[in-house]
Amino acid sequence: MITRKVRKWEKLPGKNTFCCDGRVMMARQKGVFYLTLFLIIGTCSLFFAFECPYLAVHLSPAIPVFAVLLFLFVMAMLLRTSFSDPGVLPRALPEEATFIEMEIEAANGNVPAGQRPPPRIRNVQINNQIVKLKYCYTCKIFRPPRASHCSICDNCVDRFDHHCPWVGNCVGKRNYRYFYLFTLSLSLLTIYIFTFDIVHVVMRSVDNGFLNTLKETPGTYPLLFLSDFLEYLSFTVLEVLVCFFTLWSVVGLTGFHTYLISLNQTTNEDIKGSWSGKNRVQNPYSHKNIVKNCCEVLCGPTYPSVLDRRGLMQEDSPVSAASAAPSSSSSNSSSSNPVPQTTKTTAPLIPNEHTPDDAKPSIAASAEKSPSPREEHHPPAPKVPPLASPETDAETSIAKDKTH
Amino acid sequence: MAETHSLQDMRQQAAVAAKVFIQRDYTNGTVCQFQTKFPSELETRIDKQQFEETVRTLNNLYAEAEKLGSQSYIEGCLACLTAYTIFLCMETHYEKVLKKIAKYIQEQNDKIYAPRGLLLTDPIERGLRVIEVTIFEDRSLTR
Repeated sequence: MITRKVRKWEKLPGKNTFCCDGRVMMARQKGVFYLTLFLIIGTCSLFFAFECPYLAVHLSPAIPVFAVLLFLFVMAMLLRTSFSDPGVLPRALPEEATFIEMEIEAANGNVPAGQRPPPRIRNVQINNQIVKLKYCYTCKIFRPPRASHCSICDNCVDRFDHHCPWVGNCVGKRNYRYFYLFTLSLSLLTIYIFTFDIVHVVMRSVDNGFLNTLKETPGTYPLLFLSDFLEYLSFTVLEVLVCFFTLWSVVGLTGFHTYLISLNQTTNEDIKGSWSGKNRVQNPYSHKNIVKNCCEVLCGPTYPSVLDRRGLMQEDSPVSAASAAPSSSSSNSSSSNPVPQTTKTTAPLIPNEHTPDDAKPSIAASAEKSPSPREEHHPPAPKVPPLASPETDAETSIAKDKTH
Repeated sequence: MAETHSLQDMRQQAAVAAKVFIQRDYTNGTVCQFQTKFPSELETRIDKQQFEETVRTLNNLYAEAEKLGSQSYIEGCLACLTAYTIFLCMETHYEKVLKKIAKYIQEQNDKIYAPRGLLLTDPIERGLRVIEVTIFEDRSLTR
């Protein structure tokens, strides 16, 4: 049996990509993120190369200096949003998942055969509001309030806002403020570049005496204007176009998120209309004070990542027999499980027909021999619970076929 | 020190009888708080008051970490002005409190829980979702 030390990020389930030995965490599709980088860096490079020398000389050297600072801030916020952990909740280990299943069964009582078991929901009262906590079949946990499962990254994220392809990551509790500061500073940068591009065009025109030319030779004015225009200002036109389209989208987005922050809501809640006021439903997380809401979201404590990405764990070589007992500190011991499983994202769901008697000895044995509960939980029952998510149904039936 | 070593050896030799998971208490919102309800599986092992005291202290520590006060605002604004590069050299308030929590749990395990054949797992290792209490089999602690 060969054991080797690996970093925990290598064994994390979910569809994230990791770089720099676990320091960087992003979504799988990064194409749009590269486009964002290209647009920002490209436009700013053109601005610094073509407009700034003229403006520094003719107006003030403070203009490029401030532009550089703003650009650096935008890049810092973008990279921080894209590379950090948005607040991913780690999946339940087998013992915890079994414990929750037992609690659910105890709460449901005896469901007559053939009847659909009740949906897995826990009701919690928060600030005189009943909030429903849903069960996540992929992560095997009851999602905390405001958490949601991102299907693109295949993780439950705490205070899930949305998955942003432009930054190539989910936006959640840990990186929401960086995302907001990114959109805000990018709006400022876009407005800044747009303004100074217009100023540059106007100053060039005045310098080259276009207005005088217009008075003297109105006929040849368009040709003169065009040739000079193309000589000096083609890059400016490009920048103005990029800034114009960016302005409408980014400034609008900043405005929208400012509205959400003042009400302490997430994009996810806004889209679903969770606190829209229907049926007297109000946002229980809001402090009812705009300043306090903004302070909490933007200046609140910086939450640490609960995913230990760079921790070390033992990994047993797959050559070993099924009696391998992974160390208890592993974040997901099922990945070294020699029992064949279809994918590591959806482990076979323990069916509801499972009697509590079968589940109890599994808890006792589970810490010592963690692969075995998985083998025990492949009963030959042909029916899978109808409320299992569709992909879990398929996975379970395939897994059952394999074990037969 | 020697006693801690022998307790750890005992833990490794002892078989795990059961695990209990103390769930989060969301009645005050999304702040990290755990339920103080005493689980029935621990009735034979530990005093109810003792256990509730441990959970209550942990809850207070987490509340301190997530407190929205002048300190957190100053830290937030200062960090924003430096484009959050200050966190490369400085530890956040939350991280400092997490270290305190880790030390407290270690201390509680050594003094109170290990002699009774129990082990508390730091909630940060379970994603701040549960406090995992491992119950070891009684026969290994014949005293």
